[in-house]
Amino acid sequence: MTPKQEDIEKAKRIRKGDVRTASRLIRNIEDQIPEAKTTIKHIFPHTGKAHIIGITGPPGAGKSTLADALIGSFREKNKTVGVLAVDPTSPFTGGALLGDRIRMQRHAEDHGVFVRSLATRGALGGLSKAVGDAVHVLDAMGKDIIIIETVGTGQQEVEIINHSHTVIVVLVPGMGDEIQAIKAGIMEIADIFVINKADRDGSRQLYAELMAMLDMANISSDGWRPPIIRIENVFEPISFQKKLEELSGKIEGHFQYLMDSQLLGDRLRRKSMMEINEALRASILEPVLKELAENGELEMMAEKLIQKKSDPYSLAEEIAGRYLKNVP
Amino acid sequence: MEDKKIRVMVAKPGLDGHDRGARVLARCFRDAGFEVIYTGCHQTPEQIVAAAIQEDVDLVGLSCLSGAHRYLFPRVVELLKQHGADDITVIGGGIIPDQDFQMLYDAGLKAIFTPGASLDSIVEWVKTNVKPMP
Amino acid sequence: MYFAEKILEESRELNQKWEDEVRRTVSSFPEQKARWSTVSDLEIRRLYTPEDIKDMDYARDIGVPGEYPFLRGNQSTGYRGRYWTFRMFSGMGSARDTNERWRMLLRQGQTGLSTAFDFPTLMGYDSDSPKARGEVGRCGVAIDTLEDFLALMEGIPMDKVTTSMTINPPATALWAMYCAAAELKGVPLGKIGGTIQNDMLKEFIAQKTFMCPPEPSVKLISDTVEFGTKHVPKWNPISISGYHIREAGSTAVQELAFTLRDGIEYVEDVIRRKGLSVDDFAPRLSFFFNSHIDFFEEICKMRAARRLWAKVMKDRFKAQNPRSMWMRFHTQTAGCSLTAQQPYNNIVRTAVEALAAVLGGTQSLHTNSLDEVLCLPSDHAVEIALRTQQIIAEETGVANTIDPLAGSYFVEALTNEMEEKAWEYIHKIDDMGGMIAAIEKGFPQLEIADAAYNFQKQIDSCEKTMVGVNKYITSEAQAIPMLEIDDKVEMEQISRLKAVRRKRDGKAHKKSMDDIRQACRKGKNVMPYCIEAVKNLASVQEICDVYREVYGEYRDPGLY
Repeated sequence: MTPKQEDIEKAKRIRKGDVRTASRLIRNIEDQIPEAKTTIKHIFPHTGKAHIIGITGPPGAGKSTLADALIGSFREKNKTVGVLAVDPTSPFTGGALLGDRIRMQRHAEDHGVFVRSLATRGALGGLSKAVGDAVHVLDAMGKDIIIIETVGTGQQEVEIINHSHTVIVVLVPGMGDEIQAIKAGIMEIADIFVINKADRDGSRQLYAELMAMLDMANISSDGWRPPIIRIENVFEPISFQKKLEELSGKIEGHFQYLMDSQLLGDRLRRKSMMEINEALRASILEPVLKELAENGELEMMAEKLIQKKSDPYSLAEEIAGRYLKNVP
Repeated sequence: MEDKKIRVMVAKPGLDGHDRGARVLARCFRDAGFEVIYTGCHQTPEQIVAAAIQEDVDLVGLSCLSGAHRYLFPRVVELLKQHGADDITVIGGGIIPDQDFQMLYDAGLKAIFTPGASLDSIVEWVKTNVKPMP
Repeated sequence: MYFAEKILEESRELNQKWEDEVRRTVSSFPEQKARWSTVSDLEIRRLYTPEDIKDMDYARDIGVPGEYPFLRGNQSTGYRGRYWTFRMFSGMGSARDTNERWRMLLRQGQTGLSTAFDFPTLMGYDSDSPKARGEVGRCGVAIDTLEDFLALMEGIPMDKVTTSMTINPPATALWAMYCAAAELKGVPLGKIGGTIQNDMLKEFIAQKTFMCPPEPSVKLISDTVEFGTKHVPKWNPISISGYHIREAGSTAVQELAFTLRDGIEYVEDVIRRKGLSVDDFAPRLSFFFNSHIDFFEEICKMRAARRLWAKVMKDRFKAQNPRSMWMRFHTQTAGCSLTAQQPYNNIVRTAVEALAAVLGGTQSLHTNSLDEVLCLPSDHAVEIALRTQQIIAEETGVANTIDPLAGSYFVEALTNEMEEKAWEYIHKIDDMGGMIAAIEKGFPQLEIADAAYNFQKQIDSCEKTMVGVNKYITSEAQAIPMLEIDDKVEMEQISRLKAVRRKRDGKAHKKSMDDIRQACRKGKNVMPYCIEAVKNLASVQEICDVYREVYGEYRDPGLY
């Protein structure tokens, strides 16, 4: 089999839902194996069918537990689910503890569910660089729903908006000043708020604060006012089930709204812009940087700057002139 | 730029919840630069194998302290084979009497570590014997 | 003040001189290590003097045995009245196999029984559940229905021997079987004595044998406390356990603090939920500690535990009855201190740990067998472990006098220090909103995980020694005889269970299951319904499935 045929075969197997091939491809994407891109080319035309849901929020807010519960609720409706759960890579050792999966492990044997843990490997913004392509893989496998769970560092993890149709922001009472810190960021990305552990002290206050924030925000620009769902206690099977149904109703409602209001197109455009941006960077900038690093030019240029023999812009223009046919 | 990492899964098959060793090992693998997925307690062999394949790990480390390793460990290897994933290395640890070693090696386990094995020796074994796929 | 000013002055003077001397010595002959610490990494100083305990008040802080604050023991006569109970934890294979082992132990002079169940029973699954594959009878005895339980108790005088059952999520079902078995044997509930471990909080914290979420788990425990208080007055309905917390890798202080904070949580729940007053039930609360290899740390931990609990009961819960202030506890030597390498060394470790437990004033003791790190203990190994206790009790003379280490500068100072550190944890957990809230945050779990990792690093770097593991290693393996469980046990147990299911009265069985379900839904005490159900041959899993259905299932949050 020629390499090309092999890639076509792989793409076919993935479209048939072959877990081994899909998980290996995600691995190759993470490892930045060049051949992985070729396979992506073959599956890309078959993507775009899934509803992509992002879950973000501070650590300990219960994101994984919520993801687990949502898997259960989508499965009851016979929808297949793919999950990408992101955890941080240690900057010191390069290792990572990928712990989100534990809470979803009860679905491991369900063929309609595919859970994959990703490490950030240095990427900022609460996601991994591989997320975009990994979503394509799950999408091509035919998953109806794709859930992306961010790291949850408590920092602004707004990157998730570029990858999802519906963003759920999970909060818990008693975070103190943290809510202030993340307010600005989450206000712009949240489509749905969940207040977890809402039977705790401070839950009313959190709810009131969110309501006030939503009142102040300029909702009319896209017309969707993010609902706030309060989940009192995930250990209370009956009440939790009810809240879960409410939440999945809102998720579906939001997707429907996107479609009806043409906003889906806006989101797709935003996602595509980001993808092409990243792809350009990967195919133009990275090879150039690599070459300059390898032949020592990068260092020489730095030296020139230190000695004030040149400036960054002139150097960049010189390089651009050498590599690109038409410099604007 | 290629950036290959060893991915390992630390798994606790069976009903015993004595996870001290498993959790210490998971941390230690992280500190060795691996990407580590921990399954949590009370997993069936079926759950472990499904997770190992979805996560595309290079190694599965099984920990069992209840004496049920005689059934559970070989079952994991067998299921991996059934799913065409027998290129995943399987090792085991826990309370495992010497006389069971041969039976477990015959079943396809590649190494067994019992209480007292140093963390360094386990990491060293993995670095020597497991290379990131493919 | 503990010492006259003159003594303190002399002590300071002598100490000053001695320190100067030490400084000179150390400058030419350095000590073996720069830092000396307990197995829990608590730093220990070179010397303790009257200065270290000068703020103690003899009557307030030390006192006499049988009097508040009970530092020196609950009983005014210590072990001179009665030795601790020699209680060996045992169970394997079928009920019949275990019954044989028990009778052997009673013949050998053991004075109480202690049951080890297999994992399916511990987790509330029947032997024929797919989850039980490979585990039936392996790590303890397999019990599915009352028929198994009756075989277990065959020939055991239930009105004379007390039995401890290490059972947690399905504790109501197993205790119901014990009660039903007694009734069938004509022994009234008022006459049976024993303990069910029944401590779920430490399962969430450490041992991970869990079934339902924390809140309903504690509710079921309060049911047993209430039922025991009213109907089974000689029973200990809970054994609040630090043992497993320690085995999971905690420090001694964490074991002490988390165990006592668990105790506080249970007491609060019973008072709030059942409306009992503290003195109604507190005398029946019992505890269970680990005795690890660091001799003095363990002794001090146990002494501190007694004083701490007495204060908790008196000050926090306003108990009036001195018996409510008693901390009665069982001790087991540390399984995690044993090594697979050079297994005969384990006899020595266990002996030292048992001695610490006795000097710490335990009421009951299990000594580990030398082979427990490899398999279930063999008859021979169990016998050595039991003899260890008998030698300590009857040959060494340590039982001659009560609390012989009291007044030691070091022992009292370390006892005080551990108590203080435990209070810090207890207050911290109070601030979090109690133990259930702390568990949901993962606080005790992560504290323990950190300590366990730290200890393993210290072993790997040889900062701490384990003989045969990181020092004095021999390449030659020592073969020891081992107990094997026949793979047939599982099949035989399954066919026994199937036979029971065939022969039982289906209608009566179904009704009693519905009754338990209703009791759960309405928040009634489940115990009377459980006793009825097991008499109708309901299995452990059938009862637990009702709990799972009504209360939901708890899964490992996997904090590490």
